[in-house]
Order: sequence, then C-alpha cells, then structure tokens
Amino acid sequence: MTALLAVEGISKRFRGLKAVDDVSFTVPKGGIVALIGPNGAGKTTTFNLIAGVYAPDTGRIVLDGEDITSLRPDRACHAGIGRTFQIVKPFGAMTVLENVVVGALRRSADVAAARSRAAELLERVGLADKAAMPAQGLTLPEKKRLETARALATEPKILLLDEVMAGLRPTEIDRMVETFRALNRETGIAILLTEHVMRAVMALSDRIVVLHHGRKICEGSPEQVARNEAVLESYLGTEAVS
Amino acid sequence: MRARVLLSLLAVALVAAPFVVSGYLVSVLIVALYFAYVGQAWNIMMGFAGQLSLGHALYVGLGAYTAAALFVQSGVPPWLGLIAAIIVAMAFAAAIGFLAFRFGISGVYFALLTIAFAEFTRIGFDHFGWVGASAGLFLPVSQRSGSDLLALRGTPTMFYYVILALAAGAFALSRWLLTSRIGFYWMAIREDQDAAQALGIDTFRYKLAAVVVSAAMTSIAGVFFAFYYNNLFPEQIFSIGRSIEIILGPIIGGLGTLFGPVLGAFVLQLLAEALREGVSALGLEIPGLTQVFYGVCLLVVVMFLPNGVWPPIARRLRL
Ligand SMILES: Nc1ncnc2c1ncn2[C@@H]1O[C@H](COP(=O)(O)OP(=O)(O)OP(=O)(O)O)[C@@H](O)[C@H]1O
Ligand SMILES: [Mg+2]
Repeated sequence: MTALLAVEGISKRFRGLKAVDDVSFTVPKGGIVALIGPNGAGKTTTFNLIAGVYAPDTGRIVLDGEDITSLRPDRACHAGIGRTFQIVKPFGAMTVLENVVVGALRRSADVAAARSRAAELLERVGLADKAAMPAQGLTLPEKKRLETARALATEPKILLLDEVMAGLRPTEIDRMVETFRALNRETGIAILLTEHVMRAVMALSDRIVVLHHGRKICEGSPEQVARNEAVLESYLGTEAVS
Repeated sequence: MRARVLLSLLAVALVAAPFVVSGYLVSVLIVALYFAYVGQAWNIMMGFAGQLSLGHALYVGLGAYTAAALFVQSGVPPWLGLIAAIIVAMAFAAAIGFLAFRFGISGVYFALLTIAFAEFTRIGFDHFGWVGASAGLFLPVSQRSGSDLLALRGTPTMFYYVILALAAGAFALSRWLLTSRIGFYWMAIREDQDAAQALGIDTFRYKLAAVVVSAAMTSIAGVFFAFYYNNLFPEQIFSIGRSIEIILGPIIGGLGTLFGPVLGAFVLQLLAEALREGVSALGLEIPGLTQVFYGVCLLVVVMFLPNGVWPPIARRLRL
C-alpha cells in the first residue's frame, strides 16, 4: 500500500521541552493508524503539526504526494486534512446542523446543498435528532461526535481524531468503533487517531505508533504493540488492556 | 412566514408614517432609522463576525467629510461623492483590518485599535484646512423649492424616505449575507477562530471582508448625515461618544440578529425622545439626560436580557 500521509522526522520544541522529537510514521491510503502514549507524550502536538497549527522545527509532512509542511490550518484543510480537537471547539451559539454546514461549505458554496450534506453526516454520527439544538447544549461526547461530522463535511483525505471516545461507556465505544469502521470501509477515508481507550484502539487500528516523551518508541500491529516490553512498561502497564 | 407578515406590517407602517404623523415625529423617526441603519452596518462586523469596533464614528465621519467636501469645494454631486466616500472608508477599513489581523491583534486590543484610528483621524481633520479643520464644514442650505433626490436637497420627508430605503436595504443585505456562505463563515470565526480555520476558512480574508463591508455601509450613513444636518465638526462626528451611540442599538436589540439593530434603535430613540419631551413639558432642562438614559437602558438589558430585547420576543412570537 502507498502512503497517504508520510510524517518524516518531525520535531517541535516548546521552550526547553521537546514535545515531539524526530517522529516518523506513515498512514497508508484507506488505513487506520493509532497514535498512543501516556499523557504529555506529544500526540496532540503531532496532530497540531500535521494540521498546521504549529510549523515543525525539523522534518517534513507529505499528504498524497503534496508537501504540506508548515501550511496554515486552512490550507492544510484544503489539502485534505480533517481534524477534531481534544479540547472541543464547537461553534456554541450555532445549531448542531449549522456547525456541520460550515464544514460542508468547504465543498459547495450552495448553502442548501451544504445543509443536506450536513444532515446526512449528522445521521451518520447519530446526532440527527439534535440537529436544531445550539451546539453548546450538547454533552461532551456529543460535541466530539459533532467535531467528527464537521471535519468529515470538508471531505478530507485523512481524518485526525483526538480522543473522540473519551468519556464514553463501553457500549457507546463499540458503537463509535463501528461507525468509524463503516466510514472507513464505505468511503475509503484514512484515519489517524489518538485514544486512551485501548479497547477502541485495538478494535480499530491496523497499525499503532507509540510515543513516549515525544519520541516514537514502538510501531507495529496491535498484537505486536501489546507484546512490546517498552510499551508495557511506559504505558500499557498503567492502563487496562481490555 | 410570521417574520414575513411582521416585516410587511412594519414596512407598511413606516412607508405610511409621513402621511400620518407630525413633522416633528418624522424627524424623530429619521434619527431612529439612521441608527437602525448604522447599527445594522456595525452588527455585520461585531454581531456576525465577532470583531468589536468601538470606533465606527470613523467611517461615518469619513463618508460625511468626503462627500460634503467634494460637494462644497468642487460641486461634485452627492451620488458621485457617495462613491468616493465608500472608497475612502473601505481603504481605511482595509488598512486597519490588515494591520490588526496580520499581526494577530484581536479582542480588546482590536477594539482599542479602532478607537485609536478614530481619534487619530479626528485630530487629523481638526487640522485639515481643505475641509474647514476644527472650525467645521458647512453645506450651503439653499431655499428648498421641492426635493431633488440626486442632489440630496429637499424636505425632511425626502430624507425620511432616503433613510428608510437605506435601512431596508441594509436589512435585506444583512439577511442575504447571513444566509450565504460568508455569513456562516463569519459566525464560525466569531464562535471559534481555530475551529473555523481547521475547516478551511481563511480567517484573515473573511475578517477583513467583514470590516470592509461594514465600513462601506457605515460611510453611506455619513453621506446622509452630512446632507441632512449640513454641518460637520471633527470634534463631534469622529467622537467616541458617536461610536458608542452606534453600537447601543444592536446591543440592546440583540447582537448578531437581523431585527435587533432595528428594534434597539427604535426603542432607544423613541424612549429617549419621549423622555426629553416629558422632561421639557415639566419645564426642566437636564443636560446629559439622554446619555444617562442610554446608560440605564444598557444596564437593564445587560442585567436582565443579556442577549438583547429581540431574542425573547422572537421566541414569544415563535419566529
Ligand atoms: N502550546 C504549548 N506550549 C507549551 N507546551 C506545550 C504546548 N502544547 C503542548 N505542550 C507540552 O508538550 C507536551 C506534549 O503535549 P501533548 O498535548 O502533545 O501531549 P498528548 O500526548 O496529547 O497528551 P494527552 O494524552 O494528555 O492529551 C506536554 O508536556 C505539554 O505540556
Ligand atoms: Mg492530547
């Protein structure tokens, strides 16, 4: 499989702290890759580097053959990056539907068309019944799903999901996993996710990249990673693998 | 549907007003419509796109002075002066917006920048001899033999219909903007700029557009002001008090809504006028009364109706 997203040796320092340190990995076309690691490992920073929030100090990011290193976030979106925020950023005073319309307008200036596209996506993430509600009235897990729908509406080549299953009950997690599987199967969209919920990580991902103190300490299939000594020590040992 | 009916009733009432009410009340309505218009223009920038301008008197003044000076000094007719006024205001707005948004100035700092520009311009005009400097600029008030719309010379009734048409136009334009892609993008930027950017919105460009559109609309009010009042003083037209007056209507009526600026302007101006009348009927003269009244209105709304007067009414009417 060819790489859709190639991250090549990226680093980012915040003052003295190396938040991301020479990290490389790829996400194949249609693949689902998980980025895991303990708190502060650099997962969100890696997302922010890919999505253009920060420019990396070193390294290169290539999406579908196009060098997107240091592109502004809106340009990264145009290039095909769709992302959610770990700390949710809904358009609070706008309705749930309008939130997604904003995303859908990326593809069509026609508001009516964007509305119907947005309604479809709300159906997909299970928020159709909340469409007319102001987004600030949603629960946190619902806001995360809203962010997912909003990002999907821009029709990205790859979707970056930053802990979208946090705070969900196990049955809800299984439902979300199924939602993303179906999405990936039906549209061929690639997914890069970070998640502390190992149940979801194991069920969803083809490959797992493990970060620790900003460095990649392991990469492999879910089975390989689950057996890896260093990973067990630094991360999985402290979390229940279910 | 209900909104349509309400709007039609309002339109009929306003069109019929000069035939029904006294000349004095027409002049009060002119002021109310004027504030409805500038409030609508300011609302595009703050209510829609979330960019707080506390210096909107700048664009009123620029519009007023451009058209009036061209008319007085070179005999340029107001409709041509209007185009010049819009261009000047847009140029200033673009410069301010560019400076602010390129260097990431936002929130309170942006608001301060808008005040600073209005103040600099006021001081500049105080020393700008061609437009009369601090001594003021006066438009010749010739005997009014009927109304000449193109020359913007005529009876108060003519000015009433001009400002009514402007207010209606601003309402229609705002409505159209709000339901178009640009309106969604502005609201997204207002609600969360980072999220907006992540969805592919060029926030710099859209914020700049909001400032420029709002300034262009506001400058038209300035042209109206100049030809209606016939005298301009930098101290007055560019003053921060004038900027504050502009923003009271939309805040009291409901920020970011379409009816808010209209409702707010009417509530404020009609109540203020009633108060002035009442007080003078008692034989009293209280300087600064209007300002105190504005302050009280603002306080009441902020405390009891933080979203303005319009949203609860809209809910009640199920609009
Ligand atoms: N804007 C910033 N300025 C300074 N330090 C930052 C900034 N963003 C992140 N950091 C630091 O970089 C390190 C990596 O943070 P990051 O948010 O990427 O971790 P994470 O893996 O996403 O953690 P979590 O699982 O808690 O979300 C942390 O030590 C964090 O405090
Ligand atoms: Mg994180």
